[in-house]
Amino acid sequence: MKFKIILTILLVNFYSFAFSNEAIDENKIHKNLRCLVCQGQSISDSNSDFALTLKMVVKDLIDQGKSEQEIYNFLSDKYGDWILYKPKLNLANFLLWFLPYFVLFLGGLIILYLIRKNAKKT
Amino acid sequence: MQKTIKTIILIFIFFLITIFYLSLNKNSNYDTENLVGNKLNQIKLENFENTGYLTNEKLKKNNYILINFWASWCAPCRTEHPLLMQLSQLRNIKILGVNFKDKKNNALNFLNNLGNPYHYLAKDDQGKQSVNFGIYGIPESILVNKEFIVIKKFVGPLNLEDFNEIKKITNSL
Repeated sequence: MKFKIILTILLVNFYSFAFSNEAIDENKIHKNLRCLVCQGQSISDSNSDFALTLKMVVKDLIDQGKSEQEIYNFLSDKYGDWILYKPKLNLANFLLWFLPYFVLFLGGLIILYLIRKNAKKT
Repeated sequence: MQKTIKTIILIFIFFLITIFYLSLNKNSNYDTENLVGNKLNQIKLENFENTGYLTNEKLKKNNYILINFWASWCAPCRTEHPLLMQLSQLRNIKILGVNFKDKKNNALNFLNNLGNPYHYLAKDDQGKQSVNFGIYGIPESILVNKEFIVIKKFVGPLNLEDFNEIKKITNSL
């Protein structure tokens, strides 16, 4: 009996895990798409005409079997990278991606220098 | 070394101020007018009279096509309509009108009252097709050449300046 219960639980978990991997999270895509007519809001938060249309198109694309990345590529091709809250890395925005790491590294160097300087003094 | 650190910090502060200055002086209203050069290779628009579809194949015989998204409920569409009527007289360009989220009777009344500038008339009842053209509000117009490459996008109603530019681009002066 115990074995059957454990087996059932394992099967249920396995299927739910497999299913969650296959399904594309529509809401996650909506949250990453900017509403162009109500800037500052994602289409997930907006009830504008444009947002509603885009939601329908995203649903159609998912039904056609497109992946999340393919959907983003399609829409950024039509509206530019501005439509994505998380834009693709390119020459125009590489500073946006790497400047925080650079500043962090620089800050680390300065702190290291100050610590060593203080150590030498003492 | 202390001098170097001071210099780096000063450069960084200068950099931040420059970024803020440039960003705050930039127009924050995004539009898609700069998105030219894309090819519209999958045009499939339902004919206004439900008699089939308008595709690249059917439109390719024209040198230039102005794809205009409009609706009877859209006030700025009325503003640009006289210019569309004038554009329809030019020899090198054909106008494809896409009636956007509209009622057929209202659209027909609009054209009967103001004139019909469209050589081709299609409809987009749900607005889904407009996404293929990168439309996010109407009126919007897209000028494409024979290869269906976007030459110019006009967000908002066409004005006299746009009209002259279209004439110039299509050699219809």
